[in-house]
Amino acid sequence: MGIWFSLVAVAALTLLGLIGANVSGLNYVFAVVIPYIAIVMFIVGIIVRIVRWASSPVPFRIPTTGGQQKSLPFIKQNRLDNPSSYLGVLGRMALEVLFFRSLFRNTKAELKEGPMLTYGANKWLWLFSLAFHWSFLIIFLRHFRFLTNPMPFFVPLLQDIDGFFQIWVPLVYITNIALVIALAYLFFRRVFDSKVRYISLPSDYFPLLLISGIAITGILMRYFFKTDLVAVKELMLGILSFSPSAPSEALSTWFYIHLLFVCSLLIYFPMSKLVHMSGVFMSPTRNLANTNRMVRHVNPWIDDLKMKTHTYEEYEDEFRKVMKGAGMPLDKEESHVS
Amino acid sequence: MYDTGKVLIGILIFILVFTSPMLINLSGGKASVKANPVLPKSGKCIESKEYMKGYHMEMLDTWRNLVVRQDVRFLKKADGTFFMLNGVKAEMSLTKTCMSCHDNKAKFCDECHNYLEVKPYCWDCHIDPAIAKKGVKK
Repeated sequence: MGIWFSLVAVAALTLLGLIGANVSGLNYVFAVVIPYIAIVMFIVGIIVRIVRWASSPVPFRIPTTGGQQKSLPFIKQNRLDNPSSYLGVLGRMALEVLFFRSLFRNTKAELKEGPMLTYGANKWLWLFSLAFHWSFLIIFLRHFRFLTNPMPFFVPLLQDIDGFFQIWVPLVYITNIALVIALAYLFFRRVFDSKVRYISLPSDYFPLLLISGIAITGILMRYFFKTDLVAVKELMLGILSFSPSAPSEALSTWFYIHLLFVCSLLIYFPMSKLVHMSGVFMSPTRNLANTNRMVRHVNPWIDDLKMKTHTYEEYEDEFRKVMKGAGMPLDKEESHVS
Repeated sequence: MYDTGKVLIGILIFILVFTSPMLINLSGGKASVKANPVLPKSGKCIESKEYMKGYHMEMLDTWRNLVVRQDVRFLKKADGTFFMLNGVKAEMSLTKTCMSCHDNKAKFCDECHNYLEVKPYCWDCHIDPAIAKKGVKK
């Protein structure tokens, strides 16, 4: 169900891109207006999400992360998994963001003949996720060659490394292949694994299909159905220097579809699960040092609720009679205030 | 909002990263510079301008494979006759055929290649004929 909904959504976007490319009156809307809307919605949307997350109080540090917490001197602390210092938190966050450390712990439960329930390591999801995210990042950074003038230093560097094998003309980039393979894995994992299919929603399939659409149209444009790259760059430079020009006639339909997919992704990004891009930095199990016992953490909403401290002495004063009657031990026989 | 300082730093980094293309363009002042390849004043190219814009690299690749691997050296038209250039059969050669008309590498090839950060490895082996004529000083 979710698959079909997502497929139809992506097909509708493709159709919309076809219309935008071929109805000349709409060229400007699709090449200039929609990109601006997308950029604004993306940036504002992400900021709104971050502010909303930051508005919820995190009352206490979460000590139950994988790894020994700081304890007695002869017990070895796991500094990266259960850090008690700011530096340790930075290390844990870096491992999470750059190498998906928590996904590396992913395990798989399977019911086998017997019946026997088995648990085993499952690194495939980690591997393909890593391949997907890094490829996507590098491809995004490589696209700066269409977005900026002067050229940032990293563009030629990434192109040289990425096109290292020097096969095909134009050069095949390693990340292009890795991205497509990783997307195929991530998508078909949801299709063929019945357990994952059961919990998959349209919002799981749609981003995968949309990003696949971006990748496929991009690859087709680079290797098979060439578009006028000079016209593309002139358009993008116009948009990104706030002096947009009318889109050139030379821009192909493939380019319009590619651009519309990217704009859709930008608009969809802040309101979907894809915001984990910024959300990962707000994860309480990743960004808080385990200092539960070393530092006094005051409940952040204590002022809002106008809560007053209620000490044991006061409690005993309140219930002295009842406690005495029940034969419970008391610190004081008589009220200390009276 | 809690941890306002840290969150604001994060938001600032986010904005800087994702507006960096605009910041580079606006601060660099080169966003309005356009690629302007100088075309030869006379003569007709072997293919259309539109085809050449998109596919010249594939054509050169095919030429190289034909010349180097199959010893097919001369360029044929669609009807099977040889393509003539200045009275002799035109070779499938970037430097001898293409650059006999497009004789200024810097003002023709490099214009778009630099604009789009394309570094074709033609020039790892080949040399700009104009430079070759002058002689290379090392």
